[in-house]
Amino acid sequence: MSEQKLVLEIGEVVVRFSGDSGDGMQLTGTLFSEASALYGNSVSTFPDYPSEIRAPQGTIGGVSGFQVNIGSTKVNTPGDYCDVLVAMNPAALRANAKWVKPGGMIIVDNDTVNEKGLQRAGFKTDNPVEELKLQDFKVIFANISTLTKDSLKDTGLDNKSIIRSKNMFALGMVYYIFSRPLHFTEKYFETKFKKKPEIVEANKKVLRDGFNYAANIQAIPNTYHIPAATSIPKGKYRNINGNTAVAWGFIAASEKAKLPLFCGSYPITPATEILIELAKRKDLGVKTLQVEDEIAGICTAIGASFAGNFAVTTTSGPGLSLKSEAMGLATITELPLVIVNVQRGGPSTGLPTKTEQSDLFQALYGRNGECPMIVIAASTPSNCFDYAFLAGKLALEHMTPVVLLTDGYIANGTEPWKIPSMKDYPEIKAPIVPEGTKGYQPYARDEKRLARSWALPGTKGLEHRVGGLEKDFLKGTVSHDPMNHQRMTDIREEKVKRVQEFIPQQEAYGDKEGDLLVVGWGGTYGHLLTSVQKMREAGKSVSLCHFNYINPLPKNVKEIFGRYKKILVCELNMGQFANYLRMNFQEFNYMQFNKVQGLPFTVVELVDKFNQVLEGK
Amino acid sequence: MAENFKYTPQDFKSDQEVRWCPGCGDHFILNAVQKALPEVSHILNYDIERYVFVSGIGCSSRFPYYVNTYGFHGIHGRASAIATGIKCANPTLSVWQITGDGDALAIGGNHFIHAVRRNIDINILLFNNEIYGLTKGQYSPTSKLGSITKTSPFGTVEHPFRPGELVIGAQGKFFARSLDVDVKLTSEIMIEAAKHDGTSVVEILQNCVIYNDRTHGAITDKENREDRVITIRHGEKMVFGKNRDKGLILSGLSLKVVSIGQGGFTIDDILTHDAYEANPGVHMMLANMAYPEYPVALGVIRNVKETTYDDNVRDQVLEVMKTAKIKNVDDLLNYGDIWEV
Repeated sequence: MSEQKLVLEIGEVVVRFSGDSGDGMQLTGTLFSEASALYGNSVSTFPDYPSEIRAPQGTIGGVSGFQVNIGSTKVNTPGDYCDVLVAMNPAALRANAKWVKPGGMIIVDNDTVNEKGLQRAGFKTDNPVEELKLQDFKVIFANISTLTKDSLKDTGLDNKSIIRSKNMFALGMVYYIFSRPLHFTEKYFETKFKKKPEIVEANKKVLRDGFNYAANIQAIPNTYHIPAATSIPKGKYRNINGNTAVAWGFIAASEKAKLPLFCGSYPITPATEILIELAKRKDLGVKTLQVEDEIAGICTAIGASFAGNFAVTTTSGPGLSLKSEAMGLATITELPLVIVNVQRGGPSTGLPTKTEQSDLFQALYGRNGECPMIVIAASTPSNCFDYAFLAGKLALEHMTPVVLLTDGYIANGTEPWKIPSMKDYPEIKAPIVPEGTKGYQPYARDEKRLARSWALPGTKGLEHRVGGLEKDFLKGTVSHDPMNHQRMTDIREEKVKRVQEFIPQQEAYGDKEGDLLVVGWGGTYGHLLTSVQKMREAGKSVSLCHFNYINPLPKNVKEIFGRYKKILVCELNMGQFANYLRMNFQEFNYMQFNKVQGLPFTVVELVDKFNQVLEGK
Repeated sequence: MAENFKYTPQDFKSDQEVRWCPGCGDHFILNAVQKALPEVSHILNYDIERYVFVSGIGCSSRFPYYVNTYGFHGIHGRASAIATGIKCANPTLSVWQITGDGDALAIGGNHFIHAVRRNIDINILLFNNEIYGLTKGQYSPTSKLGSITKTSPFGTVEHPFRPGELVIGAQGKFFARSLDVDVKLTSEIMIEAAKHDGTSVVEILQNCVIYNDRTHGAITDKENREDRVITIRHGEKMVFGKNRDKGLILSGLSLKVVSIGQGGFTIDDILTHDAYEANPGVHMMLANMAYPEYPVALGVIRNVKETTYDDNVRDQVLEVMKTAKIKNVDDLLNYGDIWEV
C-alpha cells in the first residue's frame, strides 16, 4: 500500500463512462449514480447510446456513454463536460475526448490500445494522446482487461464472463478516485445475483481490486470527496427516470379516479420503457395491450375509454404521426385519453435515441380539421410523475384527449426523487353518468368545464351512439347542419381554453422585472435553470420563465412578458414555441436560441448566448 | 318462437332514419340482426345494455346508428382495434363489429388479421359487396380479377382476397357465410356467432344495387340458388340442389361434387360437416368453393374452441394480483432501493 493520498473536497463532479455498447457502460454509470445518491449526493444522469444494439465492435458508431453529475448541492443537469472520462476502448476515447474539461482525467483500458483497436476507431497513428491533442490531460492507461483476468483467474468463471466484468474493475477505480464506499454496490450484487453466490463474490472481488489498483498507482496523485448534500429536504428518496415516472403517474391517476388503467401501445424508442413498466404492473391491475401498430395502440385505447377505463397510449414522434387521425376521433367523441409523446430527433426515423423538442407543432396542430387539444410538457425526470397524473386528471375531468410531451433526455435521465405520498394528490372525478339517470343526452355539458358526461356501456338505459361524424350539440346524433358544426367547433375550442381556469398561474424565477427573460418549455428546464443561476451569481439581471402548460397557456403570461426588456426563447427545435408565442402575444419581440443536434443544451453555450444578448450582440 | 323472449326486434331499432339506398343489401342484414338479437339475448341471458356495435367507415359502417344499443362509429379500418379495446376494458360486453370489404380487408387489413389471430371475443359481420360504395364505385380487395370500376376502367389487374381463406390463414376459429337476401339463414348464423367464444367472422355476400349490382347474382337468384349454393350445418351431410340430389365428397386431396344415385354414389359417400374439427383443411376448401366449379358454401364453416384474448388478458392480471406484494401506488413508490435523508 502506498501512503495516504491527498483528499480534496469539491462541491460537484461530472463522470462519463464510455465503451462499446456491449461493455455494460449503462449499468456501470447507473451503479455509480445510485451509490452516490445513497451516499447523500444530489445526482443527475444522462445515458447517450447509439440506435444500433451492437454496432461493429470497436467502432465510433457503437460507442455507448453514460454521464453523471454528482454534487453536494442540488444539481439540475448531468453536466456539460466531465471531470473524469472512462474509455473502455480507443473508439470511446475518440468519441468522448471532446467532452472532457481541460486538464481532466481520462482512464483508458490500455489492453484495447493496439493496432486493431486504434485502426477501428479511425486513428491514423499509434499515439491517440497526440492525435487527439490530450497532452495537457491526465491520461491514465491501465491494463483493465488483463487486470480483470488476473483478478478473477481463480474463480472458475469462464473467460467470457471474466472479460464481461472489466466494467466493474473500472468502476472500482472510479470509486477510489471519488472516495465512494463500496457497500452500496456490493449489496446490489447480492440482490441481483441472489442465486449465484459465485457471481456475487467475483463481482465484489473485481470491484475491490479495481479500487485497490487505483489506490496503488502513482498516476492518481490525489482523490476527491464530494460531501453529502445538506440542503436536500428530509425524507425518503429513490432514483427515477422520466419513463418510469410517466408510467407511475398514470397508475396514480387511475387509483385516484378509481378507474382501471388501460394502455394500448406499440414499442418505439425512446418511449418503450413506459409500456414495459406498465406491463409489469399487472400487480396493480394495469391492462397493457401491445398491439399490431401505433394506430391500433390509440384505437384500442379509445375503445377502452368508451368502455370506461382510464386509457393511455404511449409513443414517440413518428408514432404520433400515425395516431393523428385517431386523436381527432377522440376529440370529436369527447372521450378521455392521454397520448404521451417522448420526443426524439426527426423528421421521419431521424435520430431515434437522441433528444429533441421538435414535435411541439405536431402535438398542437398535427390533425385534420379544427382539432384543439390540451398539451402539457414535463420538465424533469421526476416531475414526469406529476404531469402524467395531471394529464390523466385533465383528460378524465374535462372529457378530452391530452397530449403529454416528454423527451429522450428526461425519459432516460435519472435523478433522486423525494417520494411523495398519495394522500397529497387530489381525487379525480370523472363525470360518469349514474345508472337510472333519465333523459340522458350524450352531448349535454357541465357549465364550468364544458365537459360532456360519460355513459358507460353496460349501464341500463343509457344506450347511445358516438362516432367520428359531426355530432348534434345535444343528442350526439349525426348532424350536417351548418350552424351546428360552427357551434360544435366553437365548443371544442372553448372547452380546451377553459382549462386555463384549472391550471396554476405561470411563474418566473429570478427578478420581478429585468434585462433578460429566458423562456423555455419541457425538458430543457435543468440546463436553463443552471445557466440562469450562473448568470445571476455573476450579478446579471436574468430570469427564467419555464412552461409546462402549453395549450392552453396560463392566464398571466402576457403580464410576465411585459416586465422584461428582452425575451429569449431557447428550445431544441427551430423555433416552434417562439412562433407559438408570437401567434398568441404579438406585442413582444422574441429572440431565439435554437439547437437541433439531438443533444441537450450545454450550460456553457447558454451562458455565452445570454451574455451576447445582454451585450446586444 | 318469440313469445317468452324479453326483447322483440323492435327493441333493437333506433330512432334514426335508415339512409341506405333503396334495394341495398344492408337493409336485409339490419333486419336479420334485429331479428337475431332477441333470441341471442334469450339464449345467453343478455340485457340490451350489454351490446356494443362498433364500425369503421363505409356504407355498412353506418349500421351502429340504426341499432338501439351502445354504438361506436369509428374511423376507416380501425373498428377491430376499437372493438378490441372495448372488449378488453369490459369483457362482459357483447361486442359486434360491422365492416365492409374495403374497411376490413384493405385499410383495416392489419387490425383484422390480428384481431382474428388473437381470438378476441367479438363478432365481426363482414359485408362483402366487392366494391367501394360510399366513395361511389371503386374496386375493393375482393373485386373479381378484371372487374371494371371507376378506378379500373380497363379491368382490375390484381387478385382478390378470399375472406374465408384469410380468416383461416390468420388462425381464425369461426368463419361463416350468408347471403344478404337470406334473412333467416343470416339470423341463424348470428346466433351461432354470438354463442361462439372468440372472434367470429361472418361474411355476408351483399349486393350494392348502385355500383356493383348483381355481383353475387349468379348465386342469389331465386330460381337457381339451390343448385348454386350449399348450406352446411354441423353434423349434417353436405347435400344441395333443388332435389337435394347433389353432394360433396373428398376425392384425393380435393372436394368434388357428385350426384347421389349416379356413378355408384350413395348418401353414405357424402361428407358430413364437422365445424368443430381443429384441422382447417376441409374448412379451407369449403370456404374457397366458388361458383361455377362448386356451389358456394353458406352456413357455419368453422367453429373451433380456443381460449380468448380478452379472457387471457383479464385472467393474467387477476393471477398476478393474487400474490402481489404491491397493493397500491404508495407501495409502488416505496418499493426497491430507497434511502432516507
